Amino acid sequence: MAETTVNKKRRTLLLATSVAGGAASVGVAAPFFVSMLPSARAKAAGAPVEADISKVESGMMIRVEWRSMPVWVVHRTPEMVEGLKAMDTRVADPNSKGSIQPLYATNEYRARKPEWLVLIGICTHLGCSPADKLKAGPDSGLGEDWRGGFFCPCHGSKFDLAGRVFKDVPAPTNLVVPKYQFLTDTRLLIGNDGTGA
Amino acid sequence: MSPTTTMAPTLTMKTLLLLILALPVVGLAAGGHETLDRAPIDTRDAASIQRGARTFVNYCLNCHSAQYMRYNRLMDLGLTEAEIQYNLMFAAKKVGEPMTVAMRTADAKQWFGVPPPDLSVVARSRGADWLYTYLRSYYRDDSTVTGWNNIVFPNVGMPHALWELQGQQALKVEDKEGPHGRTHATSLVQLTPGSLSPRQYDAVVADLVNYLVFMGEPVRAARVRIGYLVLIALGVLFVLVYLLKQEYWKDVH
Amino acid sequence: MSRSQALLNWIDERFPLSKLWNEHLAQYYAPKNFNFWYYFGSLALLVLVIQIVTGIFLTMNYKPDAAQAFGSVEYIMRDVPGGWLIRYMHSTGASLFFVTVYLHMYRGLLYGSYRKPRELLWLVGVLIYLCLMAEAFFGYLLPWGQMSYWGAQVIVNLFAAVPIIGEDLAVWIRGDYVISDATLNRFFAFHVIAIPLVLLGLVVAHIMALHEVGSNNPDGIEIKKKKDAAGKPLDGIPFHPYYTVKDAVGVVVFLAVFSFIIFFMPEVGGYFLEYNNFIPADPLKTPLHIAPVWYFTPYYAMLRAVPAFLGSQFWGVIVMGAAVLIFFALPWLDRSPVKSIRYKGPYFKIALALFVVSFLVLGWLGTQPMDFLGKLGGTDTAVVLARLFTLVYFLFFFLMPWYTRIDSHQPEPERVTG
Repeated sequence: MAETTVNKKRRTLLLATSVAGGAASVGVAAPFFVSMLPSARAKAAGAPVEADISKVESGMMIRVEWRSMPVWVVHRTPEMVEGLKAMDTRVADPNSKGSIQPLYATNEYRARKPEWLVLIGICTHLGCSPADKLKAGPDSGLGEDWRGGFFCPCHGSKFDLAGRVFKDVPAPTNLVVPKYQFLTDTRLLIGNDGTGA
Repeated sequence: MSPTTTMAPTLTMKTLLLLILALPVVGLAAGGHETLDRAPIDTRDAASIQRGARTFVNYCLNCHSAQYMRYNRLMDLGLTEAEIQYNLMFAAKKVGEPMTVAMRTADAKQWFGVPPPDLSVVARSRGADWLYTYLRSYYRDDSTVTGWNNIVFPNVGMPHALWELQGQQALKVEDKEGPHGRTHATSLVQLTPGSLSPRQYDAVVADLVNYLVFMGEPVRAARVRIGYLVLIALGVLFVLVYLLKQEYWKDVH
Repeated sequence: MSRSQALLNWIDERFPLSKLWNEHLAQYYAPKNFNFWYYFGSLALLVLVIQIVTGIFLTMNYKPDAAQAFGSVEYIMRDVPGGWLIRYMHSTGASLFFVTVYLHMYRGLLYGSYRKPRELLWLVGVLIYLCLMAEAFFGYLLPWGQMSYWGAQVIVNLFAAVPIIGEDLAVWIRGDYVISDATLNRFFAFHVIAIPLVLLGLVVAHIMALHEVGSNNPDGIEIKKKKDAAGKPLDGIPFHPYYTVKDAVGVVVFLAVFSFIIFFMPEVGGYFLEYNNFIPADPLKTPLHIAPVWYFTPYYAMLRAVPAFLGSQFWGVIVMGAAVLIFFALPWLDRSPVKSIRYKGPYFKIALALFVVSFLVLGWLGTQPMDFLGKLGGTDTAVVLARLFTLVYFLFFFLMPWYTRIDSHQPEPERVTG
């Protein structure tokens, strides 16, 4: 009888101490794990950037740097916006089902406002930065039926004026749309849309 | 069965422990030779630290940097990003930026002889009492380049940045022949008034020093809080592991 | 056969796992009368692990560059999540490493743990102590504060005091004509990888040497002399579970002390984190009082106490070096027929007490400027005291062969007492 009570007590104590010890170990490991998360410096460097779009004329675009990535802000003309529908048959994912963009950019314009397109200028194939070929026509060097968009020189991927990837090119998905919001009509905040950066 | 130790080790053991525990007291005694005023700060007073931050940004950041202190760290005091940006940020654009200074080191060297040191951890090297006394010990002295001198830091290259608040003081030296020999006493007397009364000025300096202490180690409040939790947890663990030890050692005679 | 048993067998056929477990834990018989002084070996091992783990994480963010080092430490303290805790663990661990090691060595002095057949164990231990001092010295330069810089300057200049080759030696150590970025980089390499590897090797050797002959105990008698029918020492108990569970208590108490310091007083009045080290290194401005960290102060006091002879400061260096190296000779200096202080006579007890007092007084003197006690007939009082206690320190060793032989002693017991 004494044997089993001793064993039971020993087992309970061992269990209790192991549980407490395990909890303590988690507590000790936590700061080490957490220390590898982005530091305040990384967060500051990755902070949202403001872009002044007051000088961007219709049909032109600017490049802004955010988190060491090129972000394009394109001021689309009404013709450019209208021409998007016609491109639906030529792009691989016309409704942006497989690509990364915020909810407000999951529409036919892939943007909050039709005339302002915000894209991360990194090809979804292997990471080169595509060249802008906004003007339609053969002067782009991309053939008679070029309607305007972007062309990646590395492996020939093409994207339309909503950043949607063409069919039969190496890139698998549409260009990424980052979080952004309009602070005013002429100031854009890239990287933050009020839901957290 | 706890083993009994013989006399000699126990005595030495006790002496050793006593001496080791007494060491920090010696540390308190070590240090400056002047008597310093005690800084009347309460490091848990967030409002005081906030006021101190404002004084710092308005009077100190023109010459001194605090390059390891990010503006958004002030949120630990309960301020919002907007409050920080509106009230405390004049030179920087983003709230995640550190408190750097506009003055270039080359210019600083030329104007002051030595570039004004960065103040991020000045409270950790000088201590709160020294800073509190220093900022209240300036007096007019035409023999120096700046026209100012300081009891705590003779011939300091820094002028009295807060003179508009404190006014100007003069050094009064009294040498007296007394019954026990010569005595040499220095004190400060008000020459011209500042915009604050001496009591008000002391309070402003206290807040500023409180901020400098905070800035020296912003995590301090959290550190102490976590410390209580850790010690309680270890207390629980101690009880368990001690009972476990006793249980096993029942077998040993 | 259960699956875990089958797995264990598979491993045992290829790696001596169970053998190691038994030889060094479950079937390693240690004396059953270990007291308070026997906690510090396992605690020293714990601190070594703490320093290595915290050190690794500090290295993730520390920059060994003269222009960035100081800033990177503040970066760790402020911007790296939890970085402050890792930093304080490392700085506190460094000081507590010396506390545990000094107490561990003191246990050796008390119970004659350096005596035959444990001489080699002791020698490896002194080597570990030497490596620890080097490790602490190299590590202290890394924050690149005023104390870091000038402390390193003073110590490297000691090498310059070596006759003939001194200056060249100092330049070779520094990699430059003054302490500079070159010095910082190489001290980083020594601190982060070179010495830790050596330390780990020495600690393994230390434990192997211990297990080869078996642990000593407070009575200083050999438990292997009295074995039972199965060949187990009568006064021995298996290390696991008895000492694993007892050391666990020691660990928890240690962690409480460790945590109290880290969370409530990490600077310990400027002894664990010196105030002057919060000022970035300035080669043009020497601090008023350069003092090494507390664990070096006894030797520093000795260094300062020795005057210049024949125009050279080198004698101070020699005395300081001898004070550490003399520990190697200990196994052969103690001529007492008994190992433990429990059975030694009054001469040894007084000598040991004087040794401890001189170590502590020298330590205290080493923290202060030389003139802090005024003058005694032309010389600084503190220097006179330092000279006196340096003498006492050395006499503990030099006279030991004599006083341990003529000392009285009690008969050692046959079996261990409490």
